[in-house]
Amino acid sequence: MSYISVGERIAIFGGVYNNHLSLAALKQDASGRGATTMICLGDMGGFGPSPDKVFPLLQNDPNMFVMQGNYDHSIGNRLEDCACGYTDPRDNHFAQISYDYTAANTSDHFKDWLRDLPTEFRFEFAGKKVLCAHGSPRKVNEFLWESNSSDIFLDWVLDQFECDLLFVTHTGIPWLRHLPSKDRWVVNVGAIGRPANNGEKHVDYMLLSTDSQGKPHVEHIALHYDYEALAHEMREEGLPEEFVETVLTGWWTTCLEILPAKERAKGVY
Amino acid sequence: MQDLQDYPTLNFQHLDTLWLQVTGTLCNLACLHCFISCGPKNDNHPMMSLSLIKDTLKAAATQGTREYYFTGGEPFLHPEIKEIISLTLAQGPLTILTNAILIDDEMASWLAKTFEDSPYSFDLRVSLDGTTPEENDTIRGRGTFVQIIAAIERLVGHGLNPVITVTTCHAELAADEGRQKFIELLKAHNITQPRLKFLMPFKIGRESRRKGGEGCYTPAERLYLEDVPDPNSDHLQCDSCRMVTAHGVWPCPILIEEEGARMSDALEDSLHPIKLNYSACYTCHVGGVSCKT
Repeated sequence: MSYISVGERIAIFGGVYNNHLSLAALKQDASGRGATTMICLGDMGGFGPSPDKVFPLLQNDPNMFVMQGNYDHSIGNRLEDCACGYTDPRDNHFAQISYDYTAANTSDHFKDWLRDLPTEFRFEFAGKKVLCAHGSPRKVNEFLWESNSSDIFLDWVLDQFECDLLFVTHTGIPWLRHLPSKDRWVVNVGAIGRPANNGEKHVDYMLLSTDSQGKPHVEHIALHYDYEALAHEMREEGLPEEFVETVLTGWWTTCLEILPAKERAKGVY
Repeated sequence: MQDLQDYPTLNFQHLDTLWLQVTGTLCNLACLHCFISCGPKNDNHPMMSLSLIKDTLKAAATQGTREYYFTGGEPFLHPEIKEIISLTLAQGPLTILTNAILIDDEMASWLAKTFEDSPYSFDLRVSLDGTTPEENDTIRGRGTFVQIIAAIERLVGHGLNPVITVTTCHAELAADEGRQKFIELLKAHNITQPRLKFLMPFKIGRESRRKGGEGCYTPAERLYLEDVPDPNSDHLQCDSCRMVTAHGVWPCPILIEEEGARMSDALEDSLHPIKLNYSACYTCHVGGVSCKT
């Protein structure tokens, strides 16, 4: 277990997907909101351009805690695919394109860094036990979608892993769920690497702080960044136009088959 | 006589998925590939009563179950299907496996409203085994292609987007060209987000008789200890699911007609390791099959 010391305002994000522009924007935005601790829930690669550009923004910062996602495990261990957990060939086709690009363009010393990252963080915050994981605490590539995670299941997860607040990513779509039975929370922070299939060009992260009564408070932050510059870089790198379209429109064009019915119905593809 | 020691063991992890055989083996169709030989007259597993379903849902809640699936038989034969759906969706996400033929306009409208109102995912999986009547009807029965397509159009017309589930009795349907044919078929019927799932046939039940002696598993088609050396392997759905019928609890939806596969009366007594000693286990292991969407 990786216990960490944190400040009073914490930015929690995941799914960087090579998007160095949104990562730089996040550091500035979160600092402006008073965050003194930043926690990255993993998946540094995939989808976007020039993988090596994200690492200088994540390394050598005592206030930045970075964990390993499934993508990082695969890239770090020089595996053949991202192990994202897709099951449909249409999803795997585009996932493999971005994985091959990321693997070919990530420097060896960054791969070694990804290989050795921790896989979870724990800390106490406002008297509550907080657990940060990538997909779920029990499986790095488990998808915790809002519509297919029942309250009774999430309560079981929190019981099993002995926490009051759980933060995850991996799906790319943010959501917050209060579990009233024991006044606990599960939060999917979404992703800063690509928009959340809602027609908005911004990306998402969460800010953990305390409310006026000293209780934990989680705020969803819509993070704006220069998505047109990202699209330009993606085209320069020869990445698929389907990926560029997502950045420019806010709608997912690939890796759609894994979506549950409700999340799929909210998109246009 | 099988020596169970020769077969791999699979530990039970957690009840992520609960399957309910709500109408047992009763179905409006009698498909030639059905691995549990469902049909209008097959009540080996009868319909589950509403009270049994309620008790089962309560038991599942105490286990922290994530999601629910209804299959059969044809779930929409159940006279209390609406109440069963509502009760289940109050507890978690639900997927129903159906041929959709019994879903009329009124039911399609109710299902669409239920989909909109539920906080949890509510999905329909509609079985269709070909892109033409010739392909489909030789498996699912004469006239069923037209009926299933009409039902899909009703669902789409009310704003639902079912997953079309194809059992690959025609093996070429699973290849890229076959998938593309299905995508084109669905787009021609106004489905802008075609959703597909392909499943390998299990060579048991009626499927084992469809092609005469060639339709059965051979003695070599079984799992050996070395096939699943780690009992905590997570590649098979039966490490995290159970199937409940009116007659008790089984490891998965495939094995409910297999001799010796029944596990217990009560759900909570079935949450323990199993032996992978059935030929159908070979299909799941080799083919990477999961009945989940």
